Amino acid sequence: MSGLLISVARRDLLLARRRRIEALLPLGFFIVAAGLFPIGVGPEPQMLRQMAPGVVWVCALLAAMLSVTQMFASDHQDGSLEQMLLSSQPLVTVVLGKVLAHWLSSGVPLVLAAPLIGVLFDMRAQAIGYLALTLLLGTPILSLLGAVGAALTLGLRSGAALVFLLVLPLTIPALIFGTGAVGAVDAGLSAQAHLSLLGALLIVTLLGAPVATAAALRISMD
Amino acid sequence: MIWTSMDAFWHMGGYGLYVWGSYGVTVALMVAEALMARHRVKVARAALVKESNT
Amino acid sequence: MNQAAPALRWTTFAAPSRFFALSGRMVPWFWVATLAFAAVGLYIGFFVAPTDHQQGESYRIIFIHVPAAWMSMLIYLVMAFWAAWGWILNARMASMYARALAPTGAMFTFVALWTGALWGKPTWGTWWVWDARLTSEFILLLLYIGYIALTEAIDDVRRAANAGALLALVGAVNIPVIYFSVRWWNTLHQGATISATAAPKMASTMLTAMLLMTLSFWAYSFAVVFTRARAIVLEQESDTDWVRATVLGTKEAKR
Repeated sequence: MSGLLISVARRDLLLARRRRIEALLPLGFFIVAAGLFPIGVGPEPQMLRQMAPGVVWVCALLAAMLSVTQMFASDHQDGSLEQMLLSSQPLVTVVLGKVLAHWLSSGVPLVLAAPLIGVLFDMRAQAIGYLALTLLLGTPILSLLGAVGAALTLGLRSGAALVFLLVLPLTIPALIFGTGAVGAVDAGLSAQAHLSLLGALLIVTLLGAPVATAAALRISMD
Repeated sequence: MIWTSMDAFWHMGGYGLYVWGSYGVTVALMVAEALMARHRVKVARAALVKESNT
Repeated sequence: MNQAAPALRWTTFAAPSRFFALSGRMVPWFWVATLAFAAVGLYIGFFVAPTDHQQGESYRIIFIHVPAAWMSMLIYLVMAFWAAWGWILNARMASMYARALAPTGAMFTFVALWTGALWGKPTWGTWWVWDARLTSEFILLLLYIGYIALTEAIDDVRRAANAGALLALVGAVNIPVIYFSVRWWNTLHQGATISATAAPKMASTMLTAMLLMTLSFWAYSFAVVFTRARAIVLEQESDTDWVRATVLGTKEAKR
């Protein structure tokens, strides 16, 4: 089972590497969008420091949704997705492989870029560390939930826009726990509860989302 | 009877705008929804008649 | 799929033709019930229930705010239930119920938000407060809009119904998680802990009026949702004999 997972992930990553610019668009969006906030609301450090976790997290949410349809779109167009459905190999594993590839190519860059944004927002070092940690736990959740949305909207004209509408409300708990953790640390409190909840959310999403995605793929391709 | 006069009723202790704004919009939405549903049935019937005549 | 037997069984509403025939007779009675319950409920609410000494007369919005909120949540669960039923058992009528329920649920959600805002303004001074219940209600509206958008965007009827079912189920499962996390978030940001929808201590007359209005909204929902479902049946079953017979009269049915 893990062999299939790895090979699907490897394939998707290879395809992403060939379209490197496209794969890096979410990261570019993330940096631009987050960078717009200080320009929009003013450069006062105290205010920026307070806004930072929320701004970074929301921009990460949006950036993650930007690339999520790519998980299935090209395979759907050239017929390989249909082959995956018809084959005897478990669809859930295939989905997990694709989610892993999406997270590695779209999510991890966000985790790595977040400290840069943190510095722009004059965040303290400890807060930046926790911000990166919450994104490390959160971006997989975004990829997992995004996969469900991408599978449901497969092949639709307005699919990309629909994914935002469908998936973003579901990411609100992750957003709350993620930003809450950083806020707690900033206020000198413990982020333990927030992080535990975020971790639990990741586990539950990891168990449920791929199953839902596989079901959605079957619905969309019937 | 709580209301000393009809005027007092509409005035709602100063909160008339909020109370009647709430009830007014609610009733309007419900009536609109009902009419739209009825209209949808009518359109569906008309489409079927038209389809059978072609 | 023509049912010859006229007896009322639990599968009576399963066939679109049976539903169409029976609902046509039931809808007017639901309207009667809607108006009757509303008349009594509003009378008690405005002429019997006393003035609240803290909130004055503005609290009377509660008689539509709370019933609307309850209906918005109930309808979502019912919608998810029928959608799942239609998906898992391949039951067309169940899927049509689900699609018919969505707009009404969204409407009640909007009413709950609107009346919540209009209640909050005189009570707490602002048009909007990010308290747990209103925020969750707002997210529920987004879930409804998502469901409607998805089912409308897909042309194939069966795919639309099943995709909607999956989305509704995912939403239903997420609602407790979302509500819990919003409550948590609300207590963290201590500034606005006052719930904008804090109900006054309920005199029994207030409670009675609220319950009667809930029954009125419930009857209303049946009336409107059944009407919309009738339209959907005509749209989706347009190539069946019984539809042609019903709409066009028996002469033209022989095609």
